[in-house]
This record gives sequence, C-alpha cells and structure tokens, in this order.
Amino acid sequence: MYNILVLASKEVRDGYRNKWIAVMTLVMTGFALILSFLGSAPVGSTHISPMAVTVVSLSSLGIFFIPLIALLLSYDGIVGEEERGTLILLLAYPISKPAIALGKFLGQLSILSFAIIVGYGCATLAIALTGDIPLAEQGWPILLKLILSSILLGGVFLALGLLLSALTRDRGTAAAGAIGLWLLFVVLFDMALLGFLSSGAADLIRDDAVKWIMLASPSDAYRMFNLSTNAETALLSGMAGLREDQGVSASVLISLLCIWIIIPLAASCVLFQRRSS
Amino acid sequence: MKMENFPAIDLIDISQSYRDKIALQDISLALSNRQCLALVGHNGAGKTTLIKIILGLLKPNQGAVKVLHQDPASRHFNNLRCSIGFLPEQVLFQKTLTGRETLAFYARLKGLPTNNLDDYFDRVDLRAAADRRVGTYSKGMRQRLGIAQALLGQPKLLVLDEPTTGLDPVARQNIYRIIDEEKKSGAAVLISSHVLTEMDHRIDRVAILSEGRMVAHGSIPFLRHHIGMRSSLKITADPESCGNIAAMFEAELPVERPSMEEIILRCLPEQKLEILKKVMAMDATITDIELTDPSLEHVFNAYSSTASSGGNHV
Repeated sequence: MYNILVLASKEVRDGYRNKWIAVMTLVMTGFALILSFLGSAPVGSTHISPMAVTVVSLSSLGIFFIPLIALLLSYDGIVGEEERGTLILLLAYPISKPAIALGKFLGQLSILSFAIIVGYGCATLAIALTGDIPLAEQGWPILLKLILSSILLGGVFLALGLLLSALTRDRGTAAAGAIGLWLLFVVLFDMALLGFLSSGAADLIRDDAVKWIMLASPSDAYRMFNLSTNAETALLSGMAGLREDQGVSASVLISLLCIWIIIPLAASCVLFQRRSS
Repeated sequence: MKMENFPAIDLIDISQSYRDKIALQDISLALSNRQCLALVGHNGAGKTTLIKIILGLLKPNQGAVKVLHQDPASRHFNNLRCSIGFLPEQVLFQKTLTGRETLAFYARLKGLPTNNLDDYFDRVDLRAAADRRVGTYSKGMRQRLGIAQALLGQPKLLVLDEPTTGLDPVARQNIYRIIDEEKKSGAAVLISSHVLTEMDHRIDRVAILSEGRMVAHGSIPFLRHHIGMRSSLKITADPESCGNIAAMFEAELPVERPSMEEIILRCLPEQKLEILKKVMAMDATITDIELTDPSLEHVFNAYSSTASSGGNHV
C-alpha cells in the first residue's frame, strides 16, 4: 500500500517537473475563463444564474478536453516504462504489478484533479466575483457536481489509457490507440447515435432504450449528469424538455462513471499481471 | 550479515523456449555469497533471459530455481526483493528528476531511509552531481546512478547486467572496486558482459553461454586449461640461437618463425616453466622474452566457436 503512494508521488513530481501540471492547469484555466466570460455575456439580467451558464459551458469544454489530457497522461504508463528499461527494474523491487498500475493511476488522477479544480475553480471564481450576486448565494452545488464528475470522467479515460498501455507492445501503437479511443467515445459514438436516431431505423428500438444506449459512452453519462440533473442547467442546455422517464437519476449516472473506472482499471491489473516481461 | 556460505542462486536444469525458439537449454548454475560469477556470451546467447529467470520475472518452462532459498516466481518472494540489487542492461531514468530524487524513490520502494543517500553517491563518485537533473548526466553518470540504485540496502545478491557498458576505464575500475567491496561484505555478485578483457582477475568463475547452452563453466585458469589453449612464448635472439631453439622444440611444440631474429613457441600452460628453464639453460644470446597467456577473450572465442562448430578441438 505504501509503495503505491511512493509510486503515485513520483508520478506527480515528474508531472510537475516536466511542466505537465503547469501546462494542463494553464490550458484548463485559460479555456475555462474564455468560455465562462463569453458564455455569460449574453445572459444579462435574466433569472438564470451565471453559475449555471458557466457550468453548462464548462461541461461542454470538459467533455472534449478532459478525455484528451487524461489519455495523453496515461497512454504510455506501462509500455513507456518498458521501453525506457525502468519497468524491469521496478519489477525487481518489492512491488507487485497491480500496485504499479494503481500507483500510476493514482498519481495521474491527482495531477488531473489538480488541473480541473484549479482551472474550473478560477473560472467560476472570476464569474462569481464580477457578477452582482453575493458569493454565498451562487450555485456552488452545481459547480461541485461539475468538478466531481469531471474528475470521474478524467479517471475513466486514465483507466482506459492505462489499459491501453498494458495491452500494447510499443508506444506508437498505444498513442494510436489513445487517439482512437478519444475519437470513438467523444466524437464518433454521439455522431453515430444521432445519425441512427434521425434515420428511419430509429423506429426499431424502444423509446426508453435510447437513453441506455447513450449511456454506453462515459462522456454521455458525464454530459447528462451535468446538464439534466439540475433544473437550471437543464433549461439552459435544452434538456428541460425531457419527460420524467427519459431522465436518469444522478446517482445512477455517477455509478456508471465509477463502473467505467473500475472495469478498465481491474482489467489493466489483470492484463499487466499476465504480460510477459 | 551471516558469515557462513549459502547458495544465493541455485539453478537446476533450466530450460526456456519462446514458441519455436529455444532460449535456454539445461542450464545448471550455483552461486554462493562472497563470490562473483560472470555470465558471458554474445548478444542473444540467453544472458538476459537467465537474469529474468533469476529475478523471478520469467518462469522457466522446465527446471528448478532457488534464489536466496526461495522460488523467485512465487508470490512470497516479494519480501526477499529488498535483499536483491539489480541493474538492467539499459535503463533511462526520468530525465526531469534529480539523481537524489531518483535514488530516494528507489530507496523508499525498498523501505529504506532516505537521509543517508550521500554515502551511495560517494561510492559511485556522483556526490557533486547528486542534485542535478538526470537529463544533464552523461552516459557514464547515468550508469553510475544505476549502480548506486542497485547497491541500496546492502543486497545479499547483486545482479548487474552489463554494468561497464559505456564507461571510461577509470569508472570501470571503480565499478570493479565496488563489486569487490560488496563481495567482501558478503554479497553474491552476478554480472553479465560481453566486454571480457578487463575483468580477468576480479571474477571467481565464468559461465559462458552460447545459443542458450552453457558451453563452459569454471574459473579462468580452469577454462584455459580445459580447452587446451596455448600460451605463446616469443623469444627475440640472434638467428643462430633461434635456429637452435627451433630445433630443440620442433618435435614437441608448434613453432613459428615470424623473422630470423624471432621465434614463437606455443605451449600448454603447464609446460611454461619447463620450457623457460630449458631455454634459459641454453647458451643462447637472448635479447627479449615475451610470455602471453590466453586472455579471457581468447578463451571465450575458443569456446563459442567450439559450440557452434559442434566439435571439441584442442
């Protein structure tokens, strides 16, 4: 257990040294600030809180951005160490393969969480401070929900990247796989589903099945969690029209994200254990 | 540390193959503490595979492995890993961390304190660069950092895969000095190498691997003797004396005459003294005598070619 933390803290220190943390945090903060100021400008004096507007725009940013940086961070976790010769060294130390995988995951999750919290935190703080609603009355819970689910979304793709790095034999293949995963879950899945639903074939499936098909993608679970489980954000994002039975409860969505973390994480531990060195 | 001898490594009839290729065949090997064994072979001879088996990273298809009295591939072996120091053949430490941070990381993994790392840096002559980033290190410095890492926690078994590769002669001597120190403090040392010439007197035994088989095993004098390699005795003298010497030994030894003033006698190691005595007893005007024993390089080449030609020639 202690060794997992040793490995995780080395991962964090390395992320700090090679400027990963700095760049990621800056980019997150920059994008978040731009989005929130652009996004909140047209609201003017409507009754919708600026926080809700910010959260809606930030979650649209996160859905593209967080999987990308998570995959970039994790895709060569194991295969990269192997290429540098440090994996065989690490395996000669008193640390098990699952502990190596978990340590890496934990370290990367800390890096990503830091970037998300600082980035989103700065943006919302800026919005809150410039508006005329008192700080205490801002919609902090929806911000907390956003940050929590963003970290979980990051965890999903970190775990997927780790799985990729345990499966592949060289970094190039892992990198290609990472791009593939990102395209699949962030772009193609939604496009395919949309295409399917707008075609005649949509009649073939039952109405209430659609939401579950949609939830097969972790990014859609994230989107739904941030947009539809709160009245204001739902109104803003056009999710308010959903019927009662078309929605999915927040706890189900969060559990889905957690399952999406646990399964690839467990799979990478198993595959890493079986991987011949 | 216990003073009695114990087998740090005990391999019995190890065989390992990958699909169609045989990597190791019927290897038996023992190494006890206070001993240094060199594993020698060309690239692809199976050295690294054997090291992986010893470290428990690979389970051989056949044979019994005991390292520090335990099967290294078993789960319980993890505790014993604290007593093993390992330097992989090629290792690129994270460039962004300093030498000290890198060493501290590995020390923590072994559950060691991190406040006495300077001792290790002193031993490998890296104290001045300890707080610089590994990215600024030269190849030799990185290798020395790797050695410092292997020395962490006074290992009972030290496995060094090509430890002297890329080092200048001074650093190389330094590494052999460290190996000697570790041996004296009770460690068993296994090194692999294909750089043979400079390790002669520091290793106790050599195991020569060729295409996955152990073609020779023993001390250097033993191996030399066993393969019947001849020492060469080069005598420089006036042409007349050379003629006399040639006449005297032609019947029993191969004799060469590179020039009128030179003669080379090729003799078995045990004949050396006898022949020298005979030469000195002659009334010859000798200007120089040069005696060359076969180096480890020669021994190695002889064994490797024996193995690949399949026969035993003397």
